[in-house]
Amino acid sequence: MTTTPVSSRVHGPILFLAAVFLVVVMPALNCYGLIADFTLNLWGKYLCYGIMAVAIDLLWGYTGLLCLGQALFFSLGGYMMGMHLMLMIGKLGQYKSDLPDFMVFLGHSQLPGFWQPFYSFPFTLAMVFLVPGLLALVFGFLAFRSRIKGVYFSILTQALTYGAALLFFRNDLLVGGNNGFTDFRTLLGSDLRIATTQRWLYIATALLLVAVVAGCKWLTKSRFGLIQRAIRDSENRVLFSGYATANFKLFIFVASAMIAAAAGALYVPQVGIINPSEMTPEKSLEAVVWVALGGRGSLYGPVLGAVSVNALKSWASRAYPDMWLLILGGSFVLVVMFMPKGIIGIPAQIAGLAARLRRRRAEVAPDPAPATQMTDS
Amino acid sequence: MSAKPFLLAAEGLNKSFDGFQAINDLSFYLDEGELRTVIGPNGAGKTTFLDLITGRTAPDNGSLVWDDGKHDLLKLNEYEIYRLGIGRKFQTPTVYNDHSVTENLLLSLAGSRGIWHSLFGKITRDQCERVAEILTIINLTGHAHRKAGTLAHGQKQWLEIGMLLAQDARLLLVDEPAAGMTDEETHRTGELLLSLAGKHTIVVIEHDMAFVRQISRGRKVTVLHQGHVLCEGPVDQIQNDERVIEVYLGRKSKAA
Repeated sequence: MTTTPVSSRVHGPILFLAAVFLVVVMPALNCYGLIADFTLNLWGKYLCYGIMAVAIDLLWGYTGLLCLGQALFFSLGGYMMGMHLMLMIGKLGQYKSDLPDFMVFLGHSQLPGFWQPFYSFPFTLAMVFLVPGLLALVFGFLAFRSRIKGVYFSILTQALTYGAALLFFRNDLLVGGNNGFTDFRTLLGSDLRIATTQRWLYIATALLLVAVVAGCKWLTKSRFGLIQRAIRDSENRVLFSGYATANFKLFIFVASAMIAAAAGALYVPQVGIINPSEMTPEKSLEAVVWVALGGRGSLYGPVLGAVSVNALKSWASRAYPDMWLLILGGSFVLVVMFMPKGIIGIPAQIAGLAARLRRRRAEVAPDPAPATQMTDS
Repeated sequence: MSAKPFLLAAEGLNKSFDGFQAINDLSFYLDEGELRTVIGPNGAGKTTFLDLITGRTAPDNGSLVWDDGKHDLLKLNEYEIYRLGIGRKFQTPTVYNDHSVTENLLLSLAGSRGIWHSLFGKITRDQCERVAEILTIINLTGHAHRKAGTLAHGQKQWLEIGMLLAQDARLLLVDEPAAGMTDEETHRTGELLLSLAGKHTIVVIEHDMAFVRQISRGRKVTVLHQGHVLCEGPVDQIQNDERVIEVYLGRKSKAA
């Protein structure tokens, strides 16, 4: 019981330093050439994944809803941004046409009506939130009204994601089919292929991550957070205490979808491509693994999980191209077996281990009577 | 219907689960301010009856009306029924294990149940005082900051009763409050329920006959058997009723 205040006292400064490091120090080091552009860009990608992991934690760790559709919301946000970026290419594409290349390739001569407003950046930004948000609202409304819970909810979100991926693979949806969008040139007038633009995108991602974590922290500390966790632990009791639990779940589901979408929108200009393979159920599952590895129900754990798994992945795939899947899989097994609370739970685990050791030593001590009494209490 | 308005009136309720008739033509009338004890052997339909009242399950047919027929409970869902002032304690203590005792009570306090309020509402001094008051009543003041999951079984029962008090409900439905308690705790639970009688209308479901005798004190006791009201009356009268002895007490005394 007493560990909670102590650890939060220690956490405060560490978290602040981590935020400063990510938002200020990393880009500054990059400015002076101490961090390679490639590395910073990679970290921008990791942090986007980190934001998505926080969104999953908000749903899974705090509300008990395991959603396997978070990659869908992430990609939808990315697609919205991608549409804008495609239009910003202008006549610089392969076919020197105002139309995106894939449309020329498919034989279109006119920009479809729904593409038109994406010339506007503010409109695009609104759509980044509205499209995934509305999808989550409609889907969540139907699911929660019908009291779909637990594994059934997970399966349905997975089916939704799979269906959406199939839809996006089709050329006649006019969003690039299986190639998706790529070859982006500019965002808000800045060339996406130069380091300064990428650095600013990285800073925006780091800032968003800090804001999302802080916002979620506030949310989970509020009375809303209490109700959220109560729903996770005993939804019936909450229902019989007069709360319309479906509305609370819907709120958190939509919020989580929008957070993932914002991360997706920042991901696309940094990675330079978005296609339907990003919205498959496997991608969602991968993100769930980050959260589980990092430690769910902690907000920081999922960020750690997303960054470390992806860093391990990119290191192992370069250093041991034949072995990296084994390395990744092996580390998952290790964490699941020996770290039930994930990476974030390691300090508490060590403390627990130390306490056990001390107790054992006390039992071996020559005068055991008072010592055992102490440990029993 | 009698001239006096009933707080809760159930008429001709039926409910079957896969052919098992859990509730069979059940009629039940409750006056405002009553402390009613419901007894009956296992499978008599006691808990199912509470499920019907609180909207957890819908009956196959029959009527269930609240407050002199002003509200049809069968048309409302769980939280709407709660908002009419019907609170429930479950048979197995159902508290929020990961929350502190204080937080359990705070979440149960009467007041807004909206999302907006949950995000921006502040905890008022009145609410804190009320929580402190309830903690004293349920004897958990010393455990206010403990996680509810670490409490003993009996303490959890008390906490859930405290949560009912926090709701300030008009009707308290209390399912086996004394289960898993020591004799002393059981007695204190009885005292607590007695002290609430009059202020709230209370329905207590119980097996423990000593406890039933303690809280009923000449008040009406309802005996359920196979989903039907077998008889109603003061505890002494009931204990001498041939039918009751046959289905319930008889079996018990044979065992003893």
